[in-house]
Amino acid sequence: MMTDLNALTISEARDKLRAGEIAAAELTQACLDAIEGAGALNAFVHNTPDLAREQARAADARLAKGDAPAMCGIPLGIKDLFCTRGVPSQAASGILDGFIPEYESTVSQNLFDAGAVMLGKLNMDEFAMGSSNETSVYGSVVNPWRRGNDDAALTPGGSSGGSASAVAADLCLAATGTDTGGSIRQPAAFTGITGIKPTYGRCSRWGIVAFASSLDQAGPMTKTVRDSAIMLEAMCGHDPKDSTSADLAVPDFEAALTGDIRGKRIGIPAEYRMDGMPAEIEALWQDGIAMMKDAGAEIVDISLPHTKYALPAYYVIAPAEASSNLARYDGVRYGHRAKLAQGDGITEMYEKTRAEGFGPEVQRRVMIGTYVLSAGFYDAYYNRARKVRALIKRDFEEVFAAGIDAILTPATPSAAFGLGEMADADPVQMYLNDVFTVTVNLAGLPGIAVPAGLDRQGLPLGLQLIGRPWEEGDLLNCAYALERSAGFVEKPVKWW
Amino acid sequence: MSIDTDTAARVAKLARIKVEDDALPALADEFNTILGFIEQLNEVDVEGIEPMVSVTPMRLKRRVDEVTDGDQQDKVLSNAPDAREGFFAVPKVVE
Repeated sequence: MMTDLNALTISEARDKLRAGEIAAAELTQACLDAIEGAGALNAFVHNTPDLAREQARAADARLAKGDAPAMCGIPLGIKDLFCTRGVPSQAASGILDGFIPEYESTVSQNLFDAGAVMLGKLNMDEFAMGSSNETSVYGSVVNPWRRGNDDAALTPGGSSGGSASAVAADLCLAATGTDTGGSIRQPAAFTGITGIKPTYGRCSRWGIVAFASSLDQAGPMTKTVRDSAIMLEAMCGHDPKDSTSADLAVPDFEAALTGDIRGKRIGIPAEYRMDGMPAEIEALWQDGIAMMKDAGAEIVDISLPHTKYALPAYYVIAPAEASSNLARYDGVRYGHRAKLAQGDGITEMYEKTRAEGFGPEVQRRVMIGTYVLSAGFYDAYYNRARKVRALIKRDFEEVFAAGIDAILTPATPSAAFGLGEMADADPVQMYLNDVFTVTVNLAGLPGIAVPAGLDRQGLPLGLQLIGRPWEEGDLLNCAYALERSAGFVEKPVKWW
Repeated sequence: MSIDTDTAARVAKLARIKVEDDALPALADEFNTILGFIEQLNEVDVEGIEPMVSVTPMRLKRRVDEVTDGDQQDKVLSNAPDAREGFFAVPKVVE
């Protein structure tokens, strides 16, 4: 018996579609059936089966004509942060309840132009603010992985938790994610899949609900490194509608996957060895180092001295930008508006609408952002954080100038934790999930998480590679070498 | 720097988020936890460092100052909670 169609990778499906062995319509139907049976994961929150079948038919017509880009007929899930024309797009927030965009985000349009099929919208943390997918208005996403025979529900990570869970459970071939502080890489690591955040400016942000504009980037979440290369190429490119989108040619990322990393200099940053880091994470990192060495890379100890200050800088800059971006949710132009009492004026309308529409974590971050930008504190907090950010970026520039090609670190400080386990922790404890990933956003660099092993409880663990700006091809190739050495093929045992 | 309930109330007001009085002490506590974490930034020597304005050194693209689209009033208003006669409708703002 052949593999279930929904379990295919993008590259496998592409080859079978082009060879005429399978049709896009049946591939899409296999995914729709898998989604139908996976309600317990709560990954898909707005299903678009009719649109998917229509797009699949169009893809089959294109394939028949021999005009088939790599993504043609590939069924995807799209994170709810992307505005999709005629399909609810809520950023998992109550404040965008009922919002149906009249326009399409550039990234999703690029994917559709390449022939991709949208199965529906994927759950996430509200406005991408969270690391466990527990802040969603749709409820938490459940990780398809479990700790052995323990049926406790685990987080898939966040904020792209729906994307991670859906890809890991084979509900779709791949999904879009976005990453502001680790929101692609952390959930990818928690679910045993691959996710890349490209260089800032590689993907257009137009039509993606804004969280922190100087940090946000879209990227693919896939089953393999090769799939990330294929899908990233389809997603990115210059867009006149986003002034920060880079006017650079998009390389053939898949062609960069030679697996040959002989002579590459891989940096191992001392500062990523955190106090209290679980022994299993350290062991995984050492395994990764050995794999890169065996593949012919040169391992170099490096220092990124300002690493420790990345999270505190992030928790000034990201809330500051969020408080400004989220000012638009005023109950006037779209989404929720509170019911007003007799005598309420426009200020009450704003205040009640935002109190009802935003969840607690979003409210907290908007208010922190408001505070750090307020008169008297702007210099002490916001400007200082931007100076520290400049130093963090300089740390990376110095090691790259010294000849380092890529940096290898753990992706997360732990494996997936239980839903609700962090309920009594203070917000800062949750923020620590992003300790290894957030530096990359602050410096605007590309970073990729690759599954590299299982912990003692049978949960996947990931390693992160950080690359030079605009050199995603080289980064993907290093990741490809790591993937081949790690040989991670485990899948969650189906219980849903 | 410690945030009291008055400051928390002022921040909520600036952010235009209604917070009930009985929720202010807990909110102030959370602010203090987060700001305490942020305080670490004071350890960093930032003398002579310019605040970052752009993560990738690039000159933002300019475009010709001309109308590129328009005449989409129905689409602009299609998601409004209250739209009347081609306008967004809000509670009375001028006495």
